[in-house]
Amino acid sequence: MSVGDYIRDSQIWKSVFRHPAPYDRRNRVVVMLTNFFLHLHPVSIKQQGIALSYTWCMGGITFFLFLVETITGVLLMFYYRPTLEWAFNDILALRDVTTLGIMREIHRWGAHAMVITVWLHMYRVFLTGSYKPPREFNWVVGVILLKLTLLLSFTGYLLPWDQLAIWAITVGSNMARATPVLGHEGPGFQFLNLGGYDLITNASDARFLLLGSRFVGEETLNRFYILHCVAIPLAAAGLIAIHFWRVRKDGGISQPL
Amino acid sequence: MNSLSLITSCLTLGSTDPHPNVTPSVLYGLGWLYLILFAMNAVWTWKSYHRDCHFRLPEFLGGMGMPNAAVWAMYSIALLLVSVTHLTCASVPEALRWFVMPDFAKSAIDFVVADARRYFAVTTFGFIGMLLLRNWLAKPSVGWVLLNLSLLFLCVSLTDWDFRQIVGKPDNVPIVAMLFIVGFFTWLFFYRANENDRRSALGKGPIEAENNEKVLTWPDLVYTEMICMIAVTALLILWGIALQAPLEEPASAVKTPNPSKAPWYFLGLQEMLVYYDPWLAGVVFPSVILGGMMAIPYIDFNKLGNGYYTFNERKFAITTFMFGFLPLWVGMIILGTFLRGPNWNVFGIYEFWDVHKLEALNNVNLSEYFWYGIGQPLPMAPAGADFWTQAPYILLRELVGFVAIGVYLGVLPMVMAMTVFKKFFLRMGFLRFMVFSNLVLMMAALPLKMVLRWAVNLKYFIAIPEWFFNV
Repeated sequence: MSVGDYIRDSQIWKSVFRHPAPYDRRNRVVVMLTNFFLHLHPVSIKQQGIALSYTWCMGGITFFLFLVETITGVLLMFYYRPTLEWAFNDILALRDVTTLGIMREIHRWGAHAMVITVWLHMYRVFLTGSYKPPREFNWVVGVILLKLTLLLSFTGYLLPWDQLAIWAITVGSNMARATPVLGHEGPGFQFLNLGGYDLITNASDARFLLLGSRFVGEETLNRFYILHCVAIPLAAAGLIAIHFWRVRKDGGISQPL
Repeated sequence: MNSLSLITSCLTLGSTDPHPNVTPSVLYGLGWLYLILFAMNAVWTWKSYHRDCHFRLPEFLGGMGMPNAAVWAMYSIALLLVSVTHLTCASVPEALRWFVMPDFAKSAIDFVVADARRYFAVTTFGFIGMLLLRNWLAKPSVGWVLLNLSLLFLCVSLTDWDFRQIVGKPDNVPIVAMLFIVGFFTWLFFYRANENDRRSALGKGPIEAENNEKVLTWPDLVYTEMICMIAVTALLILWGIALQAPLEEPASAVKTPNPSKAPWYFLGLQEMLVYYDPWLAGVVFPSVILGGMMAIPYIDFNKLGNGYYTFNERKFAITTFMFGFLPLWVGMIILGTFLRGPNWNVFGIYEFWDVHKLEALNNVNLSEYFWYGIGQPLPMAPAGADFWTQAPYILLRELVGFVAIGVYLGVLPMVMAMTVFKKFFLRMGFLRFMVFSNLVLMMAALPLKMVLRWAVNLKYFIAIPEWFFNV
């Protein structure tokens, strides 16, 4: 009996995997049904549907990058403090002295890559007509996930608190003050007034809601930190679950009808 | 070494130039790029040798048959020699002066790209040309030649200081990569779509329907996923080691950088700000883009092309989407990232970002065109009038703009329904068609305003700065 067989025959191994290794046909079926991570997939699948030149694997890579971002992000959260006093210095330390400071590089490049792969996933799904019935609603979920990916990247852009960060966020969030009706420089903001007093001012409009302040300051840093690390990832994780579930329920990877 | 010879050596190496085009380290790095290019083409030569394709030399060269592989082999060897030359002679830039972008080519390219009009014309006509020539472009050998040409262009352009400043910025590197990736996948789409369209013309089903038995997910899919995950992890680690994440000076609310740019993936939206006010370019249009994308499955009534690649069966859908994604989205990101410089002026890729570059801006509102055109002053309320007295004057002043927008979004769809989109209208019904036509018209609103701005200096269709309502 080899060491591998001895391990696979042990009670511990059996308790975790519940069946022999997927060497034969029966166990290759069983492994897909009993493994939590693998049960996202069907047991068998159309050969052309999983061809790389068909799927480009971009949806899968996007999800993998989401996991990479989560793991590296959690590690970065151990070091980084979102305050005016520390934010920049912590990033500086990550670059210069912290062990495994490369997590920041992986996090940032992974974020850029994720934006690109999510676009390409959308491109592929459009070009194969996979949004057509019965997959219409999953396309809608996908568009929301695309938007969340951009927002995740956008909120994370501020956290290093350097010149690149605050000015990119300033330029981006300045748009919000022109929101129709709800921005203090937007058309129709005059409609919201009480007895001649404007309800929408630079301290109560959409931009203020986003920034928590009249300019990109410490409140903004806090707001973007919570959005970046908690709120948007939670929303995205929930929608990803729905997205995957609907892929299965809507008939799996799209194929010629 | 005495001081005189030190000065002479500085002069000959050009180290007194604060913006040197070629330096030993650049040339050395290029040597490695050429080496990668050589390796790629060596593999291609090998495959070409096994495919065993031939072509005939022209008569004046003897007119004999030649294997394609021979040409690729010569090209690969040339690349290897160029690479070795760069790696060994990097410290003698003069020896490598044949491998830099010549000045006349730089000025020619800058002439085209350093102008939003010509840039837009080139990307749009390039897009149309790509669709027309799709059968030829999707040939593997043509795709390979195009890839080689673009990589060679990148290599020789990197010998320019200004080009390196803009392309080599750490946050811009993924955009350069994205260009190649988007190009590759667009090529792959046409390659597969053309094949299916050819099969369909012969009455055969798409390639995706052939050899399509079910296989077990373990191992056929999980192994692919595993390999993808390992490849992506390796890529990210290598990328992280090679390129440090950017960190500029600490944030300062009083030092505004010039230019101030949004994150790169929003630069298409920032580009719209040149033509439309923030409430449209920053709020309404992004919402319309998202809403419009969500509406696609409910608008597209074409049942064909579900689950396989095809162009001919979905010409309108694919052309529209690709036009939005390639020239308008990716194209505008390129314009915003690589070409927009200080004061939001457009610069060439080999041009120095001069803060003092001046561009005259004399834009005119549609209302001014109208009232001055008929020889009348702009309608103006008496000074100090209240809101309700002012309003009719303002609305009268901008009447022609309101009519123009009303015709564009209200009447034009009906004309479309009765003429070019008659079939669409009959299949879609009224409501669906109005949504569809308005989305298409709003997508066309950006190029339309661009062209009007360039042709007649149009500033706003409706200009009511009093209410922040400018269209």
